[in-house]
Amino acid sequence: MSETEIYSLRVNGKQREVVDSWLGESLLYVLRERLGLPGSKGACEQGECGSCTVVIDGAAVCSCLVLAASAVDADIKTIEGFSDGELTDVQQAFIDEGAVQCGFCTPGLIVAVHHLLENTPQPTEIKVKEALSGNLCRCTGYGRIFAAVTRVIEQRAQQ
Amino acid sequence: MGGSILGNRVLRKEDPKFLTEGGKYVDDLLDEPLLANALHVTYARSTVAHGKINSIDVSEASQMDGIVAIFTGADLDLQQVPSAFNPMATRTLLATDKVRYVGEPVVAIVSETRSQGEDALDAIIIDYDVLPALIDLEKAMASDLHLYEACGSNVVFDTMVLGLPDNTGEAYFADCEVVVKGRFMNQRVAPCPLEVRGAAASWGENGRLTQWLSTQHAQGAVAPIAAANGVEEALIHVKTPDVGGGFGAKIGAYPEELLLGPIAKRVGKPVRWRETRSESMVALGHGRAQLQYVTIGGNRSGKVTHYQLWAIQDSGAWVDMGTILAPFMTRPMSSGVYDIPNIECRTTSVVTNTTPIVAYRGAGRPEATAAIERAMDMFAAKIGMDPAEVRRINLIPKFLEPHTTVVGQTYDVGDYETSLNKALEVSDYAGWREKQKAARARGDVKQLGIGVSIYVEITGGVGNGEAAKVEILDNGHALIYTGTSPHGQGHATAWAMLASEQTGIPMEKIDLVWGDTDLVPVGTGTMGSRSLQQGGNAVFAVSAELVNKAKAVAARLLEANEADIVLDKDSAAFHVAGTPALTKTWSELAQAEKSVGGALSHSDVIGVTGATFPFGAHVAIVEVDTETGKVTHLRHFACDDAGRVLNPLLLEGQIHGGVAQGTAQALLEEVVYDTDGNPTTSNLMDYAFISAAELPSIDVIHMETPTPLNLLGAKGIGESGTIGSTPAVQSAVIDAVSHLGVDHIDMPTTPQRVWEAIVAAN
Ligand code: FES
Ligand code: FES
Repeated sequence: MSETEIYSLRVNGKQREVVDSWLGESLLYVLRERLGLPGSKGACEQGECGSCTVVIDGAAVCSCLVLAASAVDADIKTIEGFSDGELTDVQQAFIDEGAVQCGFCTPGLIVAVHHLLENTPQPTEIKVKEALSGNLCRCTGYGRIFAAVTRVIEQRAQQ
Repeated sequence: MGGSILGNRVLRKEDPKFLTEGGKYVDDLLDEPLLANALHVTYARSTVAHGKINSIDVSEASQMDGIVAIFTGADLDLQQVPSAFNPMATRTLLATDKVRYVGEPVVAIVSETRSQGEDALDAIIIDYDVLPALIDLEKAMASDLHLYEACGSNVVFDTMVLGLPDNTGEAYFADCEVVVKGRFMNQRVAPCPLEVRGAAASWGENGRLTQWLSTQHAQGAVAPIAAANGVEEALIHVKTPDVGGGFGAKIGAYPEELLLGPIAKRVGKPVRWRETRSESMVALGHGRAQLQYVTIGGNRSGKVTHYQLWAIQDSGAWVDMGTILAPFMTRPMSSGVYDIPNIECRTTSVVTNTTPIVAYRGAGRPEATAAIERAMDMFAAKIGMDPAEVRRINLIPKFLEPHTTVVGQTYDVGDYETSLNKALEVSDYAGWREKQKAARARGDVKQLGIGVSIYVEITGGVGNGEAAKVEILDNGHALIYTGTSPHGQGHATAWAMLASEQTGIPMEKIDLVWGDTDLVPVGTGTMGSRSLQQGGNAVFAVSAELVNKAKAVAARLLEANEADIVLDKDSAAFHVAGTPALTKTWSELAQAEKSVGGALSHSDVIGVTGATFPFGAHVAIVEVDTETGKVTHLRHFACDDAGRVLNPLLLEGQIHGGVAQGTAQALLEEVVYDTDGNPTTSNLMDYAFISAAELPSIDVIHMETPTPLNLLGAKGIGESGTIGSTPAVQSAVIDAVSHLGVDHIDMPTTPQRVWEAIVAAN
């Protein structure tokens, strides 16, 4: 099983070499353990919680379900790639609305909300619920998270 | 100076990290030098619920790629460890002779990578003599087959052993005009913190063990870790990284964590362990699991005079914290918010072949509340009175001096009727009743249900106070050391507010240290909604004392009388009263102390005089499809009185999260075993973890009745939402179909159960 090969991934705009990796490793594992990007979290590794959400070529996916080696040539964006010093409007709204508690679900949610609002700038309430129902949070009861999303939608509409 | 920061909606200062790069949880310690080249530990777990271990064959697994070592309990020479709550029950940290639940750890595999350990699991052969699985509580209670033979019974704790009398049965209700009985199963649920358990261990050259834990109470883990390693406590250093939720299930240290030190010693390298979600669902403790026999009696005008509760607590397969929640948390709260002159409450805790029960958000109090609230509903239904009205008739009147119930529990302050009034008014209870009447008259398929609950609970019942230290750095920043342990509550913000209020140092210059037993050796952790009223209280008091110390230093430097020194909080600087131009800043004072070999800091353990009893009233509105049994939770109104509020943003977060978990128990979540003791809800696909799609909008209703028991007037809020919401939602579901003849539905009120209840009532 220890078939290894050197390959490289394009993560947050940078080409990164993956060495010593067994080809069966998930993207979540490779991001965290091989590339030193532990921002994406794993709460189930079964595609059920959304903590590991990243964007691959414009699609939000559970990185625990993607083979890392299959993402060669793709553009991968992780939580680490969203803010360069400044908080994004989504991140700021999460603070303003109290949408973070333990923080474990937070990276996945930030990626998912950015992705949602990029593709659907003015989603209905139902659409937001649907889009985020795959991101589990045990702490907040979700209400504060929706309030944060609503805040961003309103802010962007005014711009 | 400007107004007080206390009571303001201050945004969380800890958030930017979580939002940009993510928190650093125990599995994220990738660049920790002490964990360089750490090996991975994977546990092989029992696949049978009850059995004798005949043999364990690891020969094939040990030959596999990357396997460094494999240990059984015998290899590690594990000794029997007695339960803290019933010393007759003993176990080894890896099962050696007997397994008692599916998921119990039996073998430890050490490998170079995590996946190699997982691959080796399949090659380990454990041969069992399978014993009958005792899953049903009452069958376990009656069985001659005992999980712990030395206990002589599966009953491992009973209030009668404490010298409390047995319930007297029906005779107790001889004088009552109306008597109603119920049998309620307060079902087993999984706490499901989003971060599963993880830990790491590394021995230093100085002979000390550093252990990282995802825990709510690092200081509490020191003694069991020392014992597991056979070393002095001084040799143990526990560190707590960010923790992704706990909800009670991460209070105590588990076998998988305690074994890492001994394993690291044996392999001569640091080790890491992180469970999978499927492991977490069966090996992290569960919550609730209490069967309740309830009888309530009174007269036709609505006065309840007698109440009897027999709580049979499922302890699961170990005599863990869950065992003592019924006698020490449920029983004292059995009277709820009501003035009931006669109460009998016996509790009996029973071991079964299931995952051990631990504390879970509310821990014994939700069970007490659910029992009495359900009983009140049934009593109201029997006499044909509005359930809110029956409650009102029986409430303990407002009291601002301690009140003691007939079960002997003293509450600090309470104003239950006001909370009820607020909840009824804001929710437009009367209006919903009108709508319900109309829907019933029309015979709609979708019927409205309205549920009311009123609760009182114990918070800050753990610990008599808390340790705090505040230290001023050369640059004038402050470091707070706290014995509490945040995992989502927002202590970094709340404690900075408290220290800033006293010292004038701006919040952004105040940082928090917790969960490191070298830096904070004394602490009781975060559990039982104790943090603010004990830990925050200590920070507040210690900060005030530090200001006094600073005044003495300033007096020396300014060559003035200490009594004449004032602190201008706006500029965070000290001066002599009347001469504000000449100042000494915190930074200058800290440097001055340092130059004479001292430090500007203060530390103390600040005691509190007792637990506090937050209360409130919830109203839940649901819609039930009477053809399918499907429940939609439309609205939820929560009036929770946690005393004086430090930060409404943090308070609301606790209420929202609590209501979500409470609702989840009422509607969706249940850990299920088949009759052989195989868990059928061991991942997030099968376990109905509540998602964004199922929650209604929550209206938080403000109410503050400060407690006199601490400087802040604060009571706990971490668990209130859970305690108040569960019975309100359950009651709403039953209310929606009560006109069809349904008088009770056990939780979770799934579509199937609701539908079956409707069919049965027909
Ligand atoms: S870790 Fe990928 S969905 Fe849960
Ligand atoms: S904030 Fe803890 S899981 Fe969402």
